[in-house]
Amino acid sequence: MTATKRELLPLQTSSDVVLARQKVRQWAIELRFSLVDQTKLVTAASELARNALDHGQGGQMAIEIVNGAARTGLKLVFEDNGPGIPDIQMALKDGFTTGPGMGLGLGGSKRLVNDFSIESEVGKGTKITVVRWK
Amino acid sequence: MERIPILRMGPFLLITIQVDMHDKLAMQLQDDVTERISDWGSAGVLIDISSLEIVDSFIGRMLANIAAMSRVLGAETVVVGMQPAVAITLVELGMSLPGVRTALNVESGMELLNTSLGRPQSGTFHDSNEA
Repeated sequence: MTATKRELLPLQTSSDVVLARQKVRQWAIELRFSLVDQTKLVTAASELARNALDHGQGGQMAIEIVNGAARTGLKLVFEDNGPGIPDIQMALKDGFTTGPGMGLGLGGSKRLVNDFSIESEVGKGTKITVVRWK
Repeated sequence: MERIPILRMGPFLLITIQVDMHDKLAMQLQDDVTERISDWGSAGVLIDISSLEIVDSFIGRMLANIAAMSRVLGAETVVVGMQPAVAITLVELGMSLPGVRTALNVESGMELLNTSLGRPQSGTFHDSNEA
């Protein structure tokens, strides 16, 4: 998987979440994703960006166009320096939440993308990588 | 301050969400809707989301909250105009908006409200003078 284009966006305020969403939409259109695929990816980005802000005390999103074997995709990496997730399996379950939300952010966004991986260290932060292939 | 306008249409409130929602705007809208219902004695709330390109769990929660708050105040809420791609995504996300009534567009949402409130349909209403 090689990256052909990459950009970094801060996630410190709720308007950063809006900007991140717009950037993902713009790149998804450039890659000619279908409308449903665009919507899924932008929604997943919105959930994960908000997670980084609400649970991770802010962080950043990297957006990358990646080329795999005969296919192109959009890869998003969300990193925060928050408290980390002690139990990832639990955090991925629908309905599990430590905040005021509905607990759909992680499990839900996993269903909206093709690849999903999560690394987290308690006290250090969380890194979530997602890819949606065209 | 940035605000989402709330229009009064007889006994109903019409809210068209066109901007990219963020936390403060959503909280402000909940305050405004509940205040209008209480001030004007509105019986129904129509929320038009046809301009929204995504509905994530944050906006979904806001819609569910407004519907619940309105119900407690005695008003019915109907969310109208969801784009097909948004509907597909929302269900896959795991959010089918339970407790929120929906309709395809403002017109059918209005009909739904009129029916549930036992009011005559605007299209079938006949003035007694006609007879």
